[in-house]
Amino acid sequence: MKKSLSTNLRLMIGAAVSAVLLKPTDAAAHLVTTGMGPVYDGIGHLLLTPEDLVPVVAVALYAGLRGRAPGRRALFFFPLAWLLGGFMGLTANTMPTFPVSAFSFLLVGILIAVDLRLPDNAFTVLAVAVGILHGFFNGIALKEGPSGLGLLGIMSALFVLVALVSAFVVSLKSPWTRIVVRVAGSWVAAMGLLMIGWFFRGQL
Amino acid sequence: MKKHVRHIDPFVFFLALMVYLVWAPSAQAHVEQGQAVGFVTGLEHPWSGLDHVLAMIAVGLWGAQLGNPAIWVLPITFPMVMSFGAMMGLLGIPLPGIEIGIALSAILLGAMVLGEVKPKLFVAAIMVGIFAIFHGHAHGTELPAGQSGLLYSMGFVIATGVLHGIGIVIGLIHRWPAGKLALRAAGAFIAAMGFFFLWQAVA
Repeated sequence: MKKSLSTNLRLMIGAAVSAVLLKPTDAAAHLVTTGMGPVYDGIGHLLLTPEDLVPVVAVALYAGLRGRAPGRRALFFFPLAWLLGGFMGLTANTMPTFPVSAFSFLLVGILIAVDLRLPDNAFTVLAVAVGILHGFFNGIALKEGPSGLGLLGIMSALFVLVALVSAFVVSLKSPWTRIVVRVAGSWVAAMGLLMIGWFFRGQL
Repeated sequence: MKKHVRHIDPFVFFLALMVYLVWAPSAQAHVEQGQAVGFVTGLEHPWSGLDHVLAMIAVGLWGAQLGNPAIWVLPITFPMVMSFGAMMGLLGIPLPGIEIGIALSAILLGAMVLGEVKPKLFVAAIMVGIFAIFHGHAHGTELPAGQSGLLYSMGFVIATGVLHGIGIVIGLIHRWPAGKLALRAAGAFIAAMGFFFLWQAVA
């Protein structure tokens, strides 16, 4: 037969739990940090920044729509291009005000929505261009924080993300599932158009 | 046979309650305002007006009636053209008669569903696209200031897509005779509501 806990023991457990829960944590001012080092900060940066995350998913979706070979190309060229752009960004000094990432949204989104069959080489150029572009801005943004190790974190997260998403899309066989992917592409393109509108609204 | 009844230990309950009550988040000084709020506001916006809701569901219903490929061409066309209309709104490009255009979208799309009208695909896409500009322009000019534009945009594009999806799922009843009738009745309702919106817009 099970014995219930004694009152003293209960109070002690309660006090210990209270102490742990009430311990103040650090204020997270200005920087979103994981507290686990620059690599994880980089991973967190990618996963928490929709300006970067959405184009990554979009490129992976498009790679998946195109099939196995483009998917494999994207898997290796896209993260490497991102890393290259990132290191270029680390040496740059100015951040352009124009939301260049809006064009990635628009371009890749339209390509997905219309399911355009780009030649494999053209697709590789596209993935490299998007990778360098976003990596460059990441490099500028991470210069004061996680820096190069952060970029490595981003690259590793990007590799895993592209592998999972593109492999998932390649595995889709029924026509309606591909249509769902194309609808998602139209949403990405729509967001790109709106980003451009938001930018110009701020300029007016 | 003896029944085993499991009682919740009051102490465990107390601990669980305390965990819930004292799990204080860390201080977030200087947090960027309007980020998550922007996404939620964007998600809510298309649902906030019955005119938008009905017109977008009507697009899904009509797409389902028209079948492949309209069932997916129309919902792909709508958000892209809608965002173009929203961009016009953001840029301050005026579009006269927005409310009338939105009311007309409910009337005509409802009428298409009511009459099971099956025009050529490009005609349907152009029609939906024109109405999408009116809906998008309204969204563009109603976007609240001080919130993340991207997250707001993501929210309302996703919400719009969900409304189309609801319309398509409802429209799948088209395969049954009773379902066809129900869809036409839904079209009549949407068209009637469109006339009500039109009356509100011109009154």
